[in-house]
Amino acid sequence: MSLTSIGARGGIAHAGVSQGVIELRQAFTGAELIGQLLWPLVTLVALFLVRDVPIGGGGATLDTYILPGALGMFVALGMLLVVQQLAADREDGSLLRARITPNGIPAYLVGKSVQISATILAYLAIVLGPALLFVDGLALGRPGSWLTFAWVLLLGLIATQGIGAVLGSLVSSSRGAGYVSLPVLALIAISGVFAPISALPAWVAGAAQVFPVYWLGLGMRSALLPESAAALEVGGTWRPVETAVVLGAWAVAGLVAAPVVLRRMTRKESGSRVAARRERALQRVG
Amino acid sequence: MTEAAVREPAVIAVDGLRMAYGEREVLRDVSFEVRWGEVLVLLGPNGAGKSSTVEILEGLRMRSAGHVTVLGLDPAHADERWRARVGVVLQSWRDHAKWRVRELLAYQGSLYAPFATERMPRPWDVDALLAAVGLTEQSEQRVRALSGGQRRRLDVAIGLVGRPELVFFDEPTAGLDPEARRDFHELVRRVTREFGATVLMTTHDLAEAEQLADRIVILADGRIVADGTTDELARRIVGDDEVRWSFEGRPFARHVPDATAFVRRLLLRHEQGVSDLEVRRASLEDAYLGIVRAAESPDAGVRAGAEADAHDPAEVGR
Repeated sequence: MSLTSIGARGGIAHAGVSQGVIELRQAFTGAELIGQLLWPLVTLVALFLVRDVPIGGGGATLDTYILPGALGMFVALGMLLVVQQLAADREDGSLLRARITPNGIPAYLVGKSVQISATILAYLAIVLGPALLFVDGLALGRPGSWLTFAWVLLLGLIATQGIGAVLGSLVSSSRGAGYVSLPVLALIAISGVFAPISALPAWVAGAAQVFPVYWLGLGMRSALLPESAAALEVGGTWRPVETAVVLGAWAVAGLVAAPVVLRRMTRKESGSRVAARRERALQRVG
Repeated sequence: MTEAAVREPAVIAVDGLRMAYGEREVLRDVSFEVRWGEVLVLLGPNGAGKSSTVEILEGLRMRSAGHVTVLGLDPAHADERWRARVGVVLQSWRDHAKWRVRELLAYQGSLYAPFATERMPRPWDVDALLAAVGLTEQSEQRVRALSGGQRRRLDVAIGLVGRPELVFFDEPTAGLDPEARRDFHELVRRVTREFGATVLMTTHDLAEAEQLADRIVILADGRIVADGTTDELARRIVGDDEVRWSFEGRPFARHVPDATAFVRRLLLRHEQGVSDLEVRRASLEDAYLGIVRAAESPDAGVRAGAEADAHDPAEVGR
């Protein structure tokens, strides 16, 4: 009995990883590749254009400030990837297929998580690699830099994908997924990615600090920027403990809520539901 | 047959099944059984409750009342081990469009591997299955590049890949052209024989039911109205024969229980003037249409269709 369940769990992990790898390959081949490269390239161009804009006195430039925040933003975009893919997979019946296959749903979720995490790592590499060639003033030689980078990234991936799974379960169509994108993009805009949050009205800055996007940016800045750059932050410090607490809290909330909400959603999937949704989609087109 | 066949008297046992969506009753007291190794077709018009019944049996939908046992378990509370013994082929899938054919089939199959037993190795060999459904040449194509008929064949392969003991086909030929439909029937017959599974299929097409079924259960307006082999149904529920003739240039038609006696009387009464005499034996199709009509308008009898007025030429003319 226990041997079987261990075997099944190994099967889920194995199947999930292979699903993730297959979907990753699909996402980065052919026409899809252009869409994938678009935002990282736009980000690189933007960084390049502001490389001489001074910030905060002391000779620092805006590209140095924005780069870590942009990395944080790409991690946060994982949230939207989850929402969009859940909606699409529900509409085309992929989720129903998972439901009628033994352990199909857990394998599906492992696969999604593998694929989306890897997609985000690819974004980060595409941005960070070239950026290191022209962005000055980073402090990557410190022993803590990459360690901090790693834990902020890990907590960020868990938190944003958990939230994405909850949001994705609540919307019922691709159109709904589109609506969810708007507040998330607004949240990114107020989260200090492009300019220090202290430049915003106090209540906006306060609201931004409830959500993980701001803390992802802050955590990335604390990893990649020199200690002196903390002067631009709220309170003049990197607030690593607060970063870990807020990201950790969102990660835990996502891990607790996502399975419950996902289970409720997948329990409703059936052939006639998928057919009814398609009917509605066709009517919208026609 | 299988290790389970000894223990379980029927693959599916449905007793007093009821389903209501709010006020609307979709299934009222449905009872039937599916036996090991048979192909049972659940036949009925659109809206009769076929899909609701099948989705309850697949464990995808909760029922309002009644007892349901599928492979020895209540599908509403079944586990993954049970899920591994059941295959599902729905009307039309569009999922996993970006995957390659063989890749998808192998991935689906891999999820069944942990549920293999010594007597039930799982999954089936992917290449053998692709060959059986005629998709060997397409195995490296993307799923979205398949034609409609090829996509259905892939769906059959996916439904069978885990070596299910029971396979559900829900309206599998809806939207296929006649030739593709015939090919599909041939495929289902061959593959279910070759890969050995009990089959429950729904359709609103009587010809399809006659083609494939060992036994037919007719569902109309949420009730079972007939249950038996094609021959049994023909004997039990088939109504009157149809006699058509012309008399002095005017066409007539009449539904009668004994066509021979009727024709004898007709010809005795009119020594001349009767021509174009034609007797059509009652078919299962007539019976099915009669049953469906009766179920949809409860006041009319089962034989409502057989009582058309034969004396109005406007109705008689074809």
